[in-house]
Amino acid sequence: MKRHLISTADLSRDDAILILDTAEEMARVADRPIKKLPTLRGRTVVNLFFEDSTRTRISFEAAAKRLSADVINFSAKGSSVSKGESLKDTALTLQAMGADAVVVRHHASGAPHRLATSGWLNGSVINAGDGTHEHPTQALLDAFTMRRHLAGAADGGPVHHRGPGDGTGRDLDGRRITIVGDVLHSRVARSNVQLLHTLGAQVTLVAPPTLLPIGVGSWPCEVSYDLDAVIPKSDAVMMLRVQRERMNAAFFPTEREYSRRYGLDGLRMARMPEHAIVMHPGPMNRGMEISADVADSHRSTIVEQVANGVSVRMAVMYLLLGGAVLPDTDAPIRNASEESK
Amino acid sequence: MDTSNTAGSAPRPVLEAPDIQRVLTRIAHEIVERARGADDVVLLGIPTRGVHLARRLSGKLRDITGRKQPVGSLDITMYRDDLRMGPARALGPTDIPADGIDGRLVVLVDDVLFSGRTIRAALDALNDIGRPRAVQLAVLVDRGHRELPIRADYVGKNLPTSLRETVKVQLTEEDGRDAVLLGDKATTPAGEQ
Repeated sequence: MKRHLISTADLSRDDAILILDTAEEMARVADRPIKKLPTLRGRTVVNLFFEDSTRTRISFEAAAKRLSADVINFSAKGSSVSKGESLKDTALTLQAMGADAVVVRHHASGAPHRLATSGWLNGSVINAGDGTHEHPTQALLDAFTMRRHLAGAADGGPVHHRGPGDGTGRDLDGRRITIVGDVLHSRVARSNVQLLHTLGAQVTLVAPPTLLPIGVGSWPCEVSYDLDAVIPKSDAVMMLRVQRERMNAAFFPTEREYSRRYGLDGLRMARMPEHAIVMHPGPMNRGMEISADVADSHRSTIVEQVANGVSVRMAVMYLLLGGAVLPDTDAPIRNASEESK
Repeated sequence: MDTSNTAGSAPRPVLEAPDIQRVLTRIAHEIVERARGADDVVLLGIPTRGVHLARRLSGKLRDITGRKQPVGSLDITMYRDDLRMGPARALGPTDIPADGIDGRLVVLVDDVLFSGRTIRAALDALNDIGRPRAVQLAVLVDRGHRELPIRADYVGKNLPTSLRETVKVQLTEEDGRDAVLLGDKATTPAGEQ
Protein backbone atom coordinates (compact mmCIF):
# COMPACT_ATOMS: atom_id res chain seq x y z
CA MET A 1 0.00 0.00 0.00
CA LYS A 2 1.03 3.55 -0.57
CA ARG A 3 1.30 6.03 2.26
CA HIS A 4 -1.65 8.10 1.06
CA LEU A 5 -5.13 7.31 -0.22
CA ILE A 6 -5.89 9.81 -2.96
CA SER A 7 -7.52 7.77 -5.69
CA THR A 8 -8.95 4.29 -6.05
CA ALA A 9 -6.88 4.02 -9.22
CA ASP A 10 -3.81 3.70 -6.95
CA LEU A 11 -5.17 0.53 -5.38
CA SER A 12 -4.22 -2.86 -6.78
CA ARG A 13 -6.68 -5.75 -6.50
CA ASP A 14 -4.70 -7.13 -3.56
CA ASP A 15 -4.66 -3.74 -1.81
CA ALA A 16 -8.40 -3.39 -2.24
CA ILE A 17 -9.14 -6.89 -0.94
CA LEU A 18 -6.79 -6.33 2.00
CA ILE A 19 -8.72 -3.17 2.92
CA LEU A 20 -12.09 -4.94 2.61
CA ASP A 21 -10.91 -7.95 4.63
CA THR A 22 -9.48 -5.67 7.31
CA ALA A 23 -12.78 -3.79 7.37
CA GLU A 24 -14.58 -7.11 7.91
CA GLU A 25 -12.54 -7.60 11.10
CA MET A 26 -13.10 -3.98 12.14
CA ALA A 27 -16.86 -4.46 11.74
CA ARG A 28 -16.78 -7.04 14.52
CA VAL A 29 -15.52 -4.42 16.97
CA ALA A 30 -18.91 -2.72 16.64
CA ASP A 31 -20.55 -5.79 18.22
CA ARG A 32 -18.41 -5.68 21.34
CA PRO A 33 -19.27 -4.10 24.66
CA ILE A 34 -16.15 -1.94 24.36
CA LYS A 35 -16.06 -0.57 20.82
CA LYS A 36 -12.50 0.61 20.96
CA LEU A 37 -9.08 -0.65 19.97
CA PRO A 38 -5.82 0.78 21.33
CA THR A 39 -4.06 0.57 17.98
CA LEU A 40 -3.60 4.26 17.09
CA ARG A 41 -3.03 5.51 20.63
CA GLY A 42 -0.93 8.67 20.53
CA ARG A 43 -1.54 9.35 16.86
CA THR A 44 -3.26 12.52 15.73
CA VAL A 45 -5.77 12.59 12.88
CA VAL A 46 -6.90 15.96 11.54
CA ASN A 47 -10.22 16.19 9.71
CA LEU A 48 -9.62 19.07 7.32
CA PHE A 49 -12.95 19.92 5.73
CA PHE A 50 -13.19 22.80 3.28
CA GLU A 51 -16.62 21.67 2.17
CA ASP A 52 -19.76 20.83 4.12
CA SER A 53 -20.20 17.23 5.09
CA THR A 54 -21.97 15.47 7.88
CA ARG A 55 -21.76 11.75 7.34
CA THR A 56 -18.24 11.58 5.95
CA ARG A 57 -16.75 13.77 8.68
CA ILE A 58 -18.61 11.99 11.47
CA SER A 59 -17.70 8.64 9.97
CA PHE A 60 -13.99 9.49 9.87
CA GLU A 61 -14.20 10.90 13.38
CA ALA A 62 -15.90 7.77 14.73
CA ALA A 63 -13.38 5.54 12.93
CA ALA A 64 -10.37 7.42 14.31
CA LYS A 65 -11.81 7.44 17.84
CA ARG A 66 -12.56 3.71 17.76
CA LEU A 67 -8.87 3.21 17.00
CA SER A 68 -7.95 5.50 19.93
CA ALA A 69 -6.42 8.24 17.78
CA ASP A 70 -6.75 11.86 18.83
CA VAL A 71 -9.03 13.71 16.43
CA ILE A 72 -8.90 17.38 15.58
CA ASN A 73 -11.76 18.71 13.49
CA PHE A 74 -10.99 21.63 11.26
CA SER A 75 -13.66 23.14 9.09
CA ALA A 76 -12.91 26.03 6.79
CA LYS A 77 -15.82 28.03 8.11
CA GLY A 78 -14.76 29.94 11.18
CA SER A 79 -11.06 29.26 10.57
CA SER A 80 -8.28 31.39 9.15
CA VAL A 81 -9.17 30.06 5.71
CA SER A 82 -12.08 32.49 5.68
CA LYS A 83 -9.49 35.22 6.32
CA GLY A 84 -7.66 34.16 3.18
CA GLU A 85 -5.12 31.61 4.42
CA SER A 86 -3.73 29.44 1.65
CA LEU A 87 -3.83 25.64 1.53
CA LYS A 88 -0.07 25.62 1.99
CA ASP A 89 -0.12 27.69 5.17
CA THR A 90 -2.93 25.58 6.57
CA ALA A 91 -0.89 22.46 5.81
CA LEU A 92 2.24 23.88 7.45
CA THR A 93 0.20 24.68 10.56
CA LEU A 94 -1.07 21.10 10.73
CA GLN A 95 2.46 19.80 10.20
CA ALA A 96 3.72 21.96 13.07
CA MET A 97 1.01 20.45 15.28
CA GLY A 98 2.26 16.97 14.45
CA ALA A 99 -0.65 15.56 12.45
CA ASP A 100 -0.02 11.89 11.61
CA ALA A 101 -2.86 11.83 9.10
CA VAL A 102 -4.89 14.51 7.38
CA VAL A 103 -8.34 13.61 6.12
CA VAL A 104 -9.11 16.26 3.55
CA ARG A 105 -12.27 17.27 1.75
CA HIS A 106 -11.89 20.15 -0.67
CA HIS A 107 -14.05 21.77 -3.33
CA ALA A 108 -11.09 21.80 -5.74
CA SER A 109 -10.22 18.58 -7.54
CA GLY A 110 -6.60 17.68 -6.84
CA ALA A 111 -6.22 19.44 -3.47
CA PRO A 112 -5.46 16.17 -1.59
CA HIS A 113 -2.94 15.21 -4.27
CA ARG A 114 -1.25 18.59 -3.82
CA LEU A 115 -1.12 18.09 -0.04
CA ALA A 116 0.34 14.61 -0.43
CA THR A 117 3.02 15.42 -2.98
CA SER A 118 4.11 18.94 -2.07
CA GLY A 119 6.20 17.98 0.95
CA TRP A 120 4.26 20.30 3.23
CA LEU A 121 3.13 17.43 5.40
CA ASN A 122 4.87 14.31 6.69
CA GLY A 123 1.68 12.47 7.58
CA SER A 124 -0.62 10.39 5.44
CA VAL A 125 -3.23 12.17 3.35
CA ILE A 126 -6.64 10.56 2.98
CA ASN A 127 -8.93 11.97 0.34
CA ALA A 128 -12.43 12.45 1.71
CA GLY A 129 -13.77 13.91 -1.53
CA ASP A 130 -12.15 16.49 -3.79
CA GLY A 131 -14.27 18.51 -6.20
CA THR A 132 -15.64 16.28 -8.92
CA HIS A 133 -12.56 14.04 -8.84
CA GLU A 134 -12.60 11.17 -6.32
CA HIS A 135 -14.01 9.93 -3.03
CA PRO A 136 -12.09 6.70 -2.46
CA THR A 137 -13.38 5.70 0.98
CA GLN A 138 -16.97 5.98 -0.29
CA ALA A 139 -16.12 3.63 -3.16
CA LEU A 140 -14.49 1.21 -0.71
CA LEU A 141 -17.51 1.17 1.57
CA ASP A 142 -19.78 0.66 -1.45
CA ALA A 143 -17.63 -2.26 -2.60
CA PHE A 144 -17.65 -3.64 0.95
CA THR A 145 -21.45 -3.49 1.04
CA MET A 146 -21.73 -5.13 -2.38
CA ARG A 147 -19.31 -7.87 -1.44
CA ARG A 148 -21.26 -8.73 1.68
CA HIS A 149 -24.46 -9.05 -0.32
CA LEU A 150 -23.25 -10.40 -3.62
CA ALA A 151 -19.85 -12.06 -3.45
CA GLY A 152 -20.53 -15.09 -1.30
CA ALA A 153 -22.96 -17.22 -3.23
CA ALA A 154 -21.97 -18.72 -6.53
CA ASP A 155 -25.23 -17.71 -8.20
CA GLY A 156 -24.92 -14.13 -7.01
CA GLY A 157 -27.72 -14.53 -4.52
CA PRO A 158 -27.81 -12.81 -1.17
CA VAL A 159 -25.70 -14.28 1.58
CA HIS A 160 -26.12 -14.04 5.28
CA HIS A 161 -23.48 -11.76 6.75
CA ARG A 162 -20.52 -13.19 8.57
CA GLY A 163 -21.34 -16.70 7.62
CA PRO A 164 -18.79 -18.65 5.67
CA GLY A 165 -19.88 -16.59 2.67
CA ASP A 166 -19.41 -13.09 3.98
CA GLY A 167 -17.04 -12.53 1.10
CA THR A 168 -13.73 -12.37 2.97
CA GLY A 169 -10.87 -12.77 0.55
CA ARG A 170 -13.12 -12.46 -2.48
CA ASP A 171 -13.57 -9.86 -5.20
CA LEU A 172 -16.67 -8.90 -7.22
CA ASP A 173 -15.84 -10.91 -10.29
CA GLY A 174 -18.62 -10.78 -12.87
CA ARG A 175 -21.09 -8.83 -10.72
CA ARG A 176 -23.07 -6.30 -12.74
CA ILE A 177 -23.24 -2.90 -11.08
CA THR A 178 -25.33 -0.06 -12.48
CA ILE A 179 -24.59 3.52 -11.46
CA VAL A 180 -27.38 5.95 -12.33
CA GLY A 181 -27.58 9.72 -12.41
CA ASP A 182 -25.35 12.74 -12.18
CA VAL A 183 -22.06 11.09 -13.17
CA LEU A 184 -20.66 14.41 -14.42
CA HIS A 185 -20.45 15.95 -10.96
CA SER A 186 -19.95 12.71 -9.06
CA ARG A 187 -16.65 11.88 -7.43
CA VAL A 188 -18.38 8.81 -6.03
CA ALA A 189 -19.05 7.46 -9.52
CA ARG A 190 -15.48 8.08 -10.65
CA SER A 191 -13.97 6.31 -7.64
CA ASN A 192 -16.47 3.48 -7.89
CA VAL A 193 -15.87 2.79 -11.57
CA GLN A 194 -12.14 2.45 -10.98
CA LEU A 195 -12.41 0.31 -7.87
CA LEU A 196 -15.20 -1.95 -9.12
CA HIS A 197 -13.28 -2.52 -12.32
CA THR A 198 -10.20 -3.45 -10.28
CA LEU A 199 -12.35 -5.91 -8.33
CA GLY A 200 -13.63 -7.52 -11.52
CA ALA A 201 -17.18 -6.15 -11.63
CA GLN A 202 -18.89 -4.97 -14.81
CA VAL A 203 -20.03 -1.39 -14.37
CA THR A 204 -22.71 0.34 -16.44
CA LEU A 205 -23.26 4.06 -16.14
CA VAL A 206 -26.77 5.32 -16.90
CA ALA A 207 -27.35 9.06 -17.26
CA PRO A 208 -28.68 11.66 -19.65
CA PRO A 209 -25.91 12.56 -22.13
CA THR A 210 -25.59 16.01 -20.58
CA LEU A 211 -24.66 14.51 -17.21
CA LEU A 212 -21.84 12.31 -18.51
CA PRO A 213 -18.30 13.72 -18.40
CA ILE A 214 -16.26 14.23 -21.55
CA GLY A 215 -13.99 11.24 -22.06
CA VAL A 216 -16.28 8.77 -20.32
CA GLY A 217 -15.64 6.49 -23.30
CA SER A 218 -12.16 5.82 -21.96
CA TRP A 219 -13.42 4.70 -18.54
CA PRO A 220 -13.45 0.95 -17.89
CA CYS A 221 -17.24 0.67 -18.04
CA GLU A 222 -20.30 0.61 -20.30
CA VAL A 223 -22.55 3.62 -20.86
CA SER A 224 -26.29 3.53 -21.43
CA TYR A 225 -29.05 6.11 -21.68
CA ASP A 226 -31.87 3.68 -21.02
CA LEU A 227 -32.39 2.74 -17.38
CA ASP A 228 -35.27 0.33 -18.08
CA ALA A 229 -33.08 -1.78 -20.37
CA VAL A 230 -30.28 -2.12 -17.79
CA ILE A 231 -32.28 -2.64 -14.58
CA PRO A 232 -33.23 -6.33 -15.12
CA LYS A 233 -29.55 -7.21 -15.63
CA SER A 234 -28.18 -5.53 -12.48
CA ASP A 235 -26.94 -7.12 -9.26
CA ALA A 236 -26.75 -3.70 -7.63
CA VAL A 237 -28.21 -0.35 -8.64
CA MET A 238 -26.50 2.70 -7.21
CA MET A 239 -28.43 5.95 -7.45
CA LEU A 240 -26.44 9.19 -7.44
CA ARG A 241 -27.64 12.45 -6.02
CA VAL A 242 -28.51 15.19 -8.49
CA GLN A 243 -26.02 17.79 -7.34
CA ARG A 244 -28.00 20.97 -7.77
CA GLU A 245 -25.36 23.03 -5.99
CA ARG A 246 -22.86 22.25 -8.76
CA MET A 247 -25.31 22.83 -11.58
CA ASN A 248 -24.97 26.21 -13.20
CA ALA A 249 -26.55 25.24 -16.50
CA ALA A 250 -29.64 23.40 -17.68
CA PHE A 251 -28.65 19.74 -17.80
CA PHE A 252 -32.19 18.42 -18.14
CA PRO A 253 -35.53 20.09 -19.00
CA THR A 254 -37.43 19.55 -15.76
CA GLU A 255 -36.95 17.64 -12.54
CA ARG A 256 -40.13 15.69 -13.27
CA GLU A 257 -38.76 14.50 -16.57
CA TYR A 258 -35.46 13.51 -15.00
CA SER A 259 -37.24 11.67 -12.24
CA ARG A 260 -39.45 9.81 -14.71
CA ARG A 261 -36.58 8.68 -16.94
CA TYR A 262 -33.71 8.22 -14.48
CA GLY A 263 -35.32 7.97 -11.06
CA LEU A 264 -35.78 4.67 -9.20
CA ASP A 265 -39.35 4.09 -8.06
CA GLY A 266 -41.21 1.02 -6.85
CA LEU A 267 -42.19 -0.09 -10.35
CA ARG A 268 -38.62 -0.05 -11.63
CA MET A 269 -37.35 -1.75 -8.47
CA ALA A 270 -39.84 -4.58 -9.02
CA ARG A 271 -38.08 -5.36 -12.30
CA MET A 272 -34.70 -5.82 -10.66
CA PRO A 273 -33.48 -9.40 -10.11
CA GLU A 274 -34.61 -11.04 -6.86
CA HIS A 275 -31.23 -10.69 -5.12
CA ALA A 276 -30.33 -7.20 -6.35
CA ILE A 277 -29.72 -4.36 -3.92
CA VAL A 278 -30.37 -0.61 -4.09
CA MET A 279 -27.57 1.72 -3.00
CA HIS A 280 -27.22 5.45 -2.54
CA PRO A 281 -24.17 7.30 -1.22
CA GLY A 282 -26.33 9.96 0.40
CA PRO A 283 -27.57 12.54 0.99
CA MET A 284 -30.74 11.57 -0.89
CA ASN A 285 -33.22 13.76 -2.71
CA ARG A 286 -36.31 11.67 -1.97
CA GLY A 287 -38.75 11.91 -4.84
CA MET A 288 -36.05 13.03 -7.26
CA GLU A 289 -33.54 10.26 -8.07
CA ILE A 290 -35.06 7.76 -5.62
CA SER A 291 -38.62 7.44 -4.36
CA ALA A 292 -39.28 7.21 -0.65
CA ASP A 293 -40.70 3.67 -0.79
CA VAL A 294 -37.56 2.43 -2.56
CA ALA A 295 -35.26 4.21 -0.12
CA ASP A 296 -37.03 2.58 2.83
CA SER A 297 -37.47 -0.87 1.26
CA HIS A 298 -35.71 -3.99 2.51
CA ARG A 299 -33.56 -4.00 -0.62
CA SER A 300 -32.07 -0.65 0.19
CA THR A 301 -28.61 -0.81 1.81
CA ILE A 302 -28.45 2.93 2.42
CA VAL A 303 -28.32 2.78 6.23
CA GLU A 304 -26.01 -0.23 6.13
CA GLN A 305 -23.64 1.74 3.90
CA VAL A 306 -23.27 4.36 6.62
CA ALA A 307 -22.41 1.72 9.24
CA ASN A 308 -19.98 0.04 6.84
CA GLY A 309 -18.34 3.43 6.26
CA VAL A 310 -16.96 3.45 9.79
CA SER A 311 -15.50 -0.06 9.42
CA VAL A 312 -13.90 0.71 6.07
CA ARG A 313 -12.40 3.98 7.32
CA MET A 314 -11.03 2.19 10.38
CA ALA A 315 -9.40 -0.29 8.02
CA VAL A 316 -7.87 2.46 5.88
CA MET A 317 -6.53 4.34 8.89
CA TYR A 318 -5.15 1.17 10.45
CA LEU A 319 -3.37 0.16 7.25
CA LEU A 320 -1.98 3.67 6.63
CA LEU A 321 -1.11 4.59 10.23
CA GLY A 322 -0.94 1.34 12.16
CA GLY A 323 2.65 0.55 11.33
CA ALA A 324 5.88 2.47 11.31
CA VAL A 325 6.03 5.81 9.52
CA LEU A 326 7.82 4.86 6.36
CA PRO A 327 8.58 6.57 3.09
CA ASP A 328 6.44 5.65 0.09
CA THR A 329 7.02 1.98 -0.50
CA ASP A 330 5.20 -0.93 -1.92
CA ALA A 331 6.42 -3.13 0.89
CA PRO A 332 4.11 -6.10 1.31
CA ILE A 333 1.92 -6.29 4.37
CA ARG A 334 3.41 -8.73 6.82
CA ASN A 335 1.45 -11.86 7.33
CA ALA A 336 0.23 -12.74 10.79
CA SER A 337 1.52 -16.25 10.45
CA GLU A 338 5.10 -15.17 9.94
CA GLU A 339 5.51 -13.63 13.33
CA SER A 340 7.88 -14.34 16.09
CA LYS A 341 6.21 -15.22 19.32
CA MET B 1 9.85 -15.29 11.84
CA ASP B 2 12.45 -16.33 9.39
CA THR B 3 12.58 -20.06 9.07
CA SER B 4 14.46 -20.47 5.83
CA ASN B 5 17.75 -21.78 7.00
CA THR B 6 20.12 -21.12 4.20
CA ALA B 7 23.16 -21.16 6.47
CA GLY B 8 23.90 -23.88 8.99
CA SER B 9 22.19 -27.22 9.37
CA ALA B 10 18.69 -28.03 8.24
CA PRO B 11 15.99 -27.62 10.90
CA ARG B 12 15.52 -30.84 12.81
CA PRO B 13 12.19 -32.09 14.15
CA VAL B 14 11.79 -32.12 17.93
CA LEU B 15 8.21 -33.34 17.88
CA GLU B 16 6.65 -35.47 15.13
CA ALA B 17 2.99 -35.95 14.34
CA PRO B 18 2.32 -38.78 16.88
CA ASP B 19 4.11 -36.78 19.60
CA ILE B 20 1.89 -33.77 18.93
CA GLN B 21 -1.20 -35.98 19.12
CA ARG B 22 -0.11 -37.42 22.47
CA VAL B 23 0.83 -34.02 23.85
CA LEU B 24 -2.56 -32.54 22.94
CA THR B 25 -4.36 -35.51 24.49
CA ARG B 26 -2.42 -34.99 27.72
CA ILE B 27 -3.16 -31.24 27.75
CA ALA B 28 -6.87 -31.97 27.22
CA HIS B 29 -6.84 -34.35 30.22
CA GLU B 30 -5.01 -31.75 32.30
CA ILE B 31 -7.60 -29.11 31.42
CA VAL B 32 -10.43 -31.45 32.46
CA GLU B 33 -8.61 -32.32 35.67
CA ARG B 34 -7.78 -28.75 36.69
CA ALA B 35 -11.15 -27.33 35.64
CA ARG B 36 -13.01 -30.23 37.36
CA GLY B 37 -14.88 -31.34 34.29
CA ALA B 38 -14.30 -28.37 32.02
CA ASP B 39 -17.97 -27.30 32.13
CA ASP B 40 -17.37 -23.61 31.59
CA VAL B 41 -14.24 -23.77 29.45
CA VAL B 42 -13.95 -21.55 26.36
CA LEU B 43 -10.96 -22.29 24.13
CA LEU B 44 -9.57 -19.27 22.28
CA GLY B 45 -6.79 -19.86 19.78
CA ILE B 46 -4.41 -17.12 18.73
CA PRO B 47 -4.14 -16.99 14.91
CA THR B 48 -2.86 -18.67 12.91
CA ARG B 49 -1.73 -21.97 14.42
CA GLY B 50 -3.19 -21.43 17.86
CA VAL B 51 -6.65 -21.58 16.28
CA HIS B 52 -5.98 -25.01 14.79
CA LEU B 53 -4.58 -26.26 18.10
CA ALA B 54 -7.65 -24.90 19.94
CA ARG B 55 -9.96 -26.78 17.54
CA ARG B 56 -8.02 -30.00 18.06
CA LEU B 57 -8.10 -29.55 21.84
CA SER B 58 -11.82 -28.94 21.64
CA GLY B 59 -12.27 -32.23 19.79
CA LYS B 60 -10.25 -34.07 22.45
CA LEU B 61 -12.21 -32.41 25.28
CA ARG B 62 -15.40 -33.60 23.62
CA ASP B 63 -14.02 -37.15 23.49
CA ILE B 64 -13.23 -37.00 27.21
CA THR B 65 -16.25 -35.15 28.60
CA GLY B 66 -18.85 -35.94 25.94
CA ARG B 67 -19.77 -32.28 25.66
CA LYS B 68 -18.83 -29.76 23.01
CA GLN B 69 -16.92 -26.83 24.42
CA PRO B 70 -17.08 -23.44 22.69
CA VAL B 71 -14.00 -22.67 20.63
CA GLY B 72 -13.02 -19.43 18.95
CA SER B 73 -10.13 -17.31 17.83
CA LEU B 74 -8.63 -14.14 19.24
CA ASP B 75 -6.50 -11.97 16.97
CA ILE B 76 -4.06 -9.85 18.92
CA THR B 77 -2.51 -7.85 16.08
CA MET B 78 -4.09 -4.55 17.06
CA TYR B 79 -2.91 -4.96 20.65
CA ARG B 80 0.75 -5.64 19.84
CA ASP B 81 3.44 -3.45 21.38
CA ASP B 82 5.65 -3.55 18.29
CA LEU B 83 3.22 -2.26 15.65
CA ARG B 84 5.33 0.81 15.07
CA MET B 85 8.43 -1.22 14.32
CA GLY B 86 7.34 -2.20 10.81
CA PRO B 87 4.65 -1.78 8.19
CA ALA B 88 1.03 -2.42 9.16
CA ARG B 89 0.23 -6.09 9.71
CA ALA B 90 -2.65 -7.97 8.15
CA LEU B 91 -5.29 -8.89 10.71
CA GLY B 92 -6.29 -12.42 11.62
CA PRO B 93 -9.84 -13.45 12.40
CA THR B 94 -11.45 -12.86 15.79
CA ASP B 95 -14.41 -15.14 16.49
CA ILE B 96 -15.76 -15.08 19.98
CA PRO B 97 -18.31 -17.85 20.72
CA ALA B 98 -21.87 -16.53 20.77
CA ASP B 99 -22.32 -16.96 24.52
CA GLY B 100 -19.35 -14.72 25.20
CA ILE B 101 -16.64 -15.19 27.79
CA ASP B 102 -18.17 -13.49 30.85
CA GLY B 103 -17.83 -15.74 33.89
CA ARG B 104 -16.21 -18.55 31.86
CA LEU B 105 -12.81 -20.16 32.14
CA VAL B 106 -10.92 -18.95 29.07
CA VAL B 107 -8.02 -21.12 27.93
CA LEU B 108 -5.80 -19.23 25.50
CA VAL B 109 -4.08 -21.55 23.03
CA ASP B 110 -0.93 -20.74 21.08
CA ASP B 111 1.78 -22.72 19.36
CA VAL B 112 4.99 -21.26 20.80
CA LEU B 113 5.52 -19.34 24.04
CA PHE B 114 8.59 -17.15 23.70
CA SER B 115 8.86 -13.55 24.90
CA GLY B 116 5.35 -13.57 26.36
CA ARG B 117 4.42 -10.38 24.53
CA THR B 118 1.78 -12.09 22.40
CA ILE B 119 0.07 -13.32 25.57
CA ARG B 120 0.29 -9.86 27.12
CA ALA B 121 -1.50 -8.52 24.04
CA ALA B 122 -4.06 -11.33 24.23
CA LEU B 123 -4.84 -10.45 27.86
CA ASP B 124 -5.42 -6.84 26.80
CA ALA B 125 -7.69 -7.98 23.97
CA LEU B 126 -9.68 -10.21 26.33
CA ASN B 127 -10.18 -7.27 28.63
CA ASP B 128 -12.07 -5.43 25.87
CA ILE B 129 -14.29 -8.41 25.11
CA GLY B 130 -15.51 -9.46 28.53
CA ARG B 131 -14.65 -10.57 32.04
CA PRO B 132 -13.75 -14.27 32.27
CA ARG B 133 -13.83 -16.10 35.61
CA ALA B 134 -10.19 -17.00 34.99
CA VAL B 135 -7.72 -17.10 32.12
CA GLN B 136 -5.30 -19.95 31.54
CA LEU B 137 -2.70 -20.53 28.87
CA ALA B 138 -1.96 -23.68 26.88
CA VAL B 139 1.02 -23.82 24.50
CA LEU B 140 2.47 -26.60 22.40
CA VAL B 141 6.07 -25.49 22.97
CA ASP B 142 7.63 -23.28 25.63
CA ARG B 143 11.02 -22.18 24.34
CA GLY B 144 11.94 -19.87 27.23
CA HIS B 145 13.44 -16.36 27.02
CA ARG B 146 10.47 -14.63 28.65
CA GLU B 147 10.50 -10.84 28.62
CA LEU B 148 7.39 -10.48 30.78
CA PRO B 149 6.17 -12.18 33.97
CA ILE B 150 3.99 -14.70 32.11
CA ARG B 151 3.89 -18.50 32.37
CA ALA B 152 1.85 -21.23 30.74
CA ASP B 153 -0.59 -23.46 32.66
CA TYR B 154 -0.37 -26.30 30.16
CA VAL B 155 2.84 -26.95 28.23
CA GLY B 156 3.22 -29.53 25.51
CA LYS B 157 6.99 -29.55 25.58
CA ASN B 158 9.56 -27.44 27.36
CA LEU B 159 12.24 -26.78 24.80
CA PRO B 160 15.37 -25.02 26.09
CA THR B 161 16.69 -22.97 23.19
CA SER B 162 19.29 -20.35 22.52
CA LEU B 163 18.29 -17.06 20.94
CA ARG B 164 20.21 -18.08 17.84
CA GLU B 165 17.78 -20.92 17.24
CA THR B 166 14.34 -20.80 15.64
CA VAL B 167 11.32 -22.86 16.62
CA LYS B 168 8.76 -23.53 13.93
CA VAL B 169 5.48 -25.33 14.45
CA GLN B 170 3.90 -26.95 11.42
CA LEU B 171 0.31 -28.18 11.48
CA THR B 172 -1.51 -30.21 8.86
CA GLU B 173 -4.28 -27.62 8.50
CA GLU B 174 -1.77 -24.93 7.59
CA ASP B 175 1.43 -26.58 6.43
CA GLY B 176 0.38 -30.04 5.27
CA ARG B 177 2.13 -31.90 8.09
CA ASP B 178 2.52 -31.94 11.86
CA ALA B 179 5.96 -31.18 13.27
CA VAL B 180 7.91 -28.92 15.58
CA LEU B 181 11.18 -27.92 13.99
CA LEU B 182 14.27 -26.54 15.70
CA GLY B 183 16.69 -24.74 13.43
CA ASP B 184 19.47 -22.19 13.35
CA LYS B 185 18.62 -18.65 12.58
CA ALA B 186 19.96 -17.30 9.32
CA THR B 187 22.95 -15.01 9.72
CA THR B 188 20.95 -11.77 9.81
CA PRO B 189 18.13 -11.70 12.34
CA ALA B 190 15.28 -10.21 10.33
CA GLY B 191 12.76 -8.50 12.55
CA GLU B 192 13.02 -11.15 15.23
CA GLN B 193 12.13 -9.80 18.62
